[in-house]
Amino acid sequence: MSDYNFAYLDEQTKRMIRRAILKGLAIPGYQVPFASREMPMPYGWGTGGVQVSAAVLTPDDTFKVIDQGADDTTNAVSIRRFFQKTADVAVTEATAEASVIQTRHRIPEEQMNAGQILVYQVPIPEPLRFLEPSEVETRKMHALEEYGLMHVKLYEDISQHGAIATAYAYPVKVEDRYVMDPSPIPKFDNPKLSMPAIQLFGAGREQRIYALPPFTKVVSLDFDDYPFEATKADHACDLCGSTESYLDELIVDDAGGRMFMCSDTDYCTSRRKAGHIGAQGVPYEEDAA
Amino acid sequence: MYVAVKGGERAIDNAHAWLAEERRGDSAVAELSVPQIREQLALAVNRVMAEGSLYDPDLAALAIKQSRGDLIEAIFLIRAYRTTLPRLGASLPVETEQMSCDRRVSATFKDAPGGQILGPTFDYTHRLLDFKLAADGEVPQAAQTTGREEQTPHIMSFLDREDLIQVEGEGADVPDDLTRAPMELPASRALRLQALTRGDEGFILGMAYSTQRGHARNHAFVAELRIGAVPVEMDIPELGFAIEIGEVTLTECETVNQFKGSKTEPPQFTRGYGLVFGMTERKAISMALVDRALRWAELGEDNVGAPAQDEEFVLYHCDNIQATGFLEHIKLPHYVDFQSELELIRKLRREATALQQVAE
Repeated sequence: MSDYNFAYLDEQTKRMIRRAILKGLAIPGYQVPFASREMPMPYGWGTGGVQVSAAVLTPDDTFKVIDQGADDTTNAVSIRRFFQKTADVAVTEATAEASVIQTRHRIPEEQMNAGQILVYQVPIPEPLRFLEPSEVETRKMHALEEYGLMHVKLYEDISQHGAIATAYAYPVKVEDRYVMDPSPIPKFDNPKLSMPAIQLFGAGREQRIYALPPFTKVVSLDFDDYPFEATKADHACDLCGSTESYLDELIVDDAGGRMFMCSDTDYCTSRRKAGHIGAQGVPYEEDAA
Repeated sequence: MYVAVKGGERAIDNAHAWLAEERRGDSAVAELSVPQIREQLALAVNRVMAEGSLYDPDLAALAIKQSRGDLIEAIFLIRAYRTTLPRLGASLPVETEQMSCDRRVSATFKDAPGGQILGPTFDYTHRLLDFKLAADGEVPQAAQTTGREEQTPHIMSFLDREDLIQVEGEGADVPDDLTRAPMELPASRALRLQALTRGDEGFILGMAYSTQRGHARNHAFVAELRIGAVPVEMDIPELGFAIEIGEVTLTECETVNQFKGSKTEPPQFTRGYGLVFGMTERKAISMALVDRALRWAELGEDNVGAPAQDEEFVLYHCDNIQATGFLEHIKLPHYVDFQSELELIRKLRREATALQQVAE
């Protein structure tokens, strides 16, 4: 598509975004304001992630997009197509083959490595937003490292429910300084936030970028007597039999019967290709679907 | 045995093809042309230009056609196109005194230099469905007159001469631009006005109405409402002087508001200001009221906690493209988050039920 620049955004805009990314990498967990552009997809549908991907992609990259862990959910398809059209980059569904992965709500099951970049789509970057609606106030709270309100909230959860009642977008503390929203990933994924790959977070509508350099110290907030616990459904995947992966729950009949399958479709397919078969699975065949 | 659901790609292609067919509607009915929309749905075109922040009636009409008349969708198309346009330069500030007024009314003075011009307004039409229009839309020619040659002074300038209206401070040479820099608060008045003029008409109207009903009440008179074309001039570096590069139709509203004075300001009138692309007077009046409400700090008024006084609340929520995108994104899959909530709720219920049983 010759009407638009490589990866859609003009070079000045990409430079502005790269500056924000570099600043974010230099101050892990700090939300850097950036002049988010209007993209040809709606705010709230990954415009922050798309702008970050556009700023880091090069013609030699191999790009993967997942939404809820899956490559073929409609919005993942739409974003992948956007970059195929505007950047003509190679695309893949294999986590290991991708140099840039844009994600919504999941971290891939397979360990990501040095040289890879994971780009998160972020709806509300501010972990304190639901405790304090004013941006002016929350920026002050971060500046003063004033996170008492968050601890009180977690404490109230425990006193009311006997547990911290946050299941996704579970807040973390980065390098003992900034409290950060890891985007709405399930807390099952939180332990993976310290990884060899670069992690970039883009919030388009809220005009913020933040980042985690490789091996950054990321600690999920908890209390000594109520330690953080990464949880998942207590089942194995019905397709590939994995007991390690995060599962989606499906309603499969009128009687409300349930089955469970990996949310990470590439992980599940790879296991099935390798011969693992779950309770309701069948041996893998190309184009079986 | 279960085969995983796939087919996102095919679903998208089919959905788009169906959408295109639905947009066209019954092919036995003549297709709507872009010039027809531009000429006959001009107020929709104006709204799309105003909130799309791009003055181009043909593109706005095309966007309305493409969006099946969903104006927010049309605004979105224009905004997404607008961001890709190179910035060649900036025009000089337009001088609305030079406006060739199609409409100009003042609620504060019965007559003033330039006179009152009712213009093509719905005001005083009786809102009775005109069934004749269903059969025949042709109209007799309206009476003609020649326009004023000389400039039409602003009504406010007469109050200004008596020092009765608050003097406005000079703005920055290059005003802030929220499409080029992240919004940071507190915002300059120029930035607020930019956000308001691009803001959703319904939202700004609701905010303005709330001030009339007592939430930060500040009774506003429409000192002047004028609509018409103004020339746009630009300095051309190669020439060394400014030339007229075109004209745009604008709606400008200046309200004059009672002000008893505060700790810092003497009693005088104060002003709310609205300026919007096209013939968009509901929006321009609303904008002026909200502008005035947001000026409480500058004028040393009390913050009574009204929504229209809360700059962060107004500026962060007036953009309908941001709002609709985020609102509608909840249609996207949230299987993963919902699953984690399911696990949590089941766990909490298990524990609560166990506790109950122990108690019994």
